Amino acid sequence: MKQFMFLFKGGDDVWDAKSEEEQNAHMEKWMQWIGQMAEEEKYVGGERLYPAVKTIHPGGTKVTDRSFAEAKELVGGYITVFANTLDEATEMAKGCPGLQWESSVEVREVWPEDV
Amino acid sequence: MESEDHIDNTLNHLFRQESGKMVAVLIKIFGTENIEMAEDVVQDALVSALETWKYRGIPDNPKAWLYRTARNKAIDILRRNKHSKTIDFSDPERKLLTSEYTLVSTVDNLWKEQYIQDDFLAMMYASCHPDISPENQITFILKSLCGFSTKEVARSFLTSEDTISKRLYRTKEYFRKHKIYPKIPLQEEIIDKTKTVLSTIYLIFNEGYNATHGDKLVRKDVISQAMWLCKSLLDNERTQLSEVYALMALMLFHTARIDSRISSCGDLILLSDQDRGLWSKELIGKGNDYLNQSAFGESLSTYHLEAAIAYQHCISVSYEKTNWKEILSYYDLLLKKDNDPIVFLNRCLVVLELFGAEEALNTIKKLEDHKIVGAYYLYYAILGEIYERLIDPNRAVGYYQKAIKLTQSKPEQRLLKRKIARVLN
Repeated sequence: MKQFMFLFKGGDDVWDAKSEEEQNAHMEKWMQWIGQMAEEEKYVGGERLYPAVKTIHPGGTKVTDRSFAEAKELVGGYITVFANTLDEATEMAKGCPGLQWESSVEVREVWPEDV
Repeated sequence: MESEDHIDNTLNHLFRQESGKMVAVLIKIFGTENIEMAEDVVQDALVSALETWKYRGIPDNPKAWLYRTARNKAIDILRRNKHSKTIDFSDPERKLLTSEYTLVSTVDNLWKEQYIQDDFLAMMYASCHPDISPENQITFILKSLCGFSTKEVARSFLTSEDTISKRLYRTKEYFRKHKIYPKIPLQEEIIDKTKTVLSTIYLIFNEGYNATHGDKLVRKDVISQAMWLCKSLLDNERTQLSEVYALMALMLFHTARIDSRISSCGDLILLSDQDRGLWSKELIGKGNDYLNQSAFGESLSTYHLEAAIAYQHCISVSYEKTNWKEILSYYDLLLKKDNDPIVFLNRCLVVLELFGAEEALNTIKKLEDHKIVGAYYLYYAILGEIYERLIDPNRAVGYYQKAIKLTQSKPEQRLLKRKIARVLN
């Protein structure tokens, strides 16, 4: 089995506009989705990120804050899962509840730890 | 500002009722290797409640408030320990507690009301494991599942807080080493496993019931906790066994008589001298209901028989009118189940009432060469009683004196001394 990372991007504005009840109900869907993968022993782990951003540009001297244009590309979190192929992982990622709240999911294979 | 007494009372009641359940849920979340962590969360929640309610008053649903507070503290701890090795997150059931995407929902799912009673019972079964010594079992249950403080447990066992702390440490060490997963036993082992839980509950009960030392409140507290534990088994479909009903009946019959068995100066009062007007009709009635409910299934447990004996005493208008014949038949059944010399001794007293001193003497002589009985005060106390009836004061006093030497219990000693005085008068 290979490991794949799902990078969740964008959707922060939608999240902010929702009520607390709606947010809680939404997180319950994440729970269902990830819980199901955990039950199938396909879930490895993951983290959620705050939206504040600092970017250090090539060379290492120029530092900027998040620009408005990047909002859709902003990574809001990631999880790592087990899957056999990139296609299989992509099918799994389609269940991500964030997709209904204007997030996108980028699916990437993780470099194997021991080659 | 609320009166502090009112808050204390509400909180005490709530704490006794809910702390064990919260501890059980938190142990499920943190693992049995982190029992102390679970207890600390509950303790913290309680302190927060006390501090907050003092100023804002008791909320409409104090239990929900307490649960919410403990849940939030648990989430904080899980976040803080995410990268430490304290909590075993590699456990598949805890994996979802490591990510913010699933942490809160997972805790809320684990904390659902419908599971809490099961978690509590699961911890009871785990605490009554035969590898944990009986005294450690009852200490742990009173402290962790019944919300007693170390001080209160020490007071109810007449021992030092230090001893209690050691017992608690050993029990927690056992849980830590063996990585126990508390669960309600499967159908095929429920009867056996429940037996160990019942005998622990009865031990707790007797700890409160037989204690003759000063603190009446602590004693009653221990007794009511034992009954509450038994009740929690009866509240769950899986553990509603006939012997659980029988034990509940037995404890109620004993409790009904509690106010008449010890005098104001702490002396034991014999059954024949007790003021039957003090016996609680309400508790006897309740006990009778449970005894009726216990009449199903194939097992006639010792609790059924002991309850039947206690019931006969409870319904008799006087000592003289007691239905000794019926009681003797229950003792015969008890002996058939288990040839326990102590039961045999108690049966001798029934024989004494029913057939007189000669017959009782013939009966008790069968135990003459018994090793355990030979060192047991009751054997000599009964011999004293028999010879007193045979109007043989020398022997009666001799046996009573021997009994006094063999018991540590001060009230028993005082009772025996009163009997000697009775013979010599």
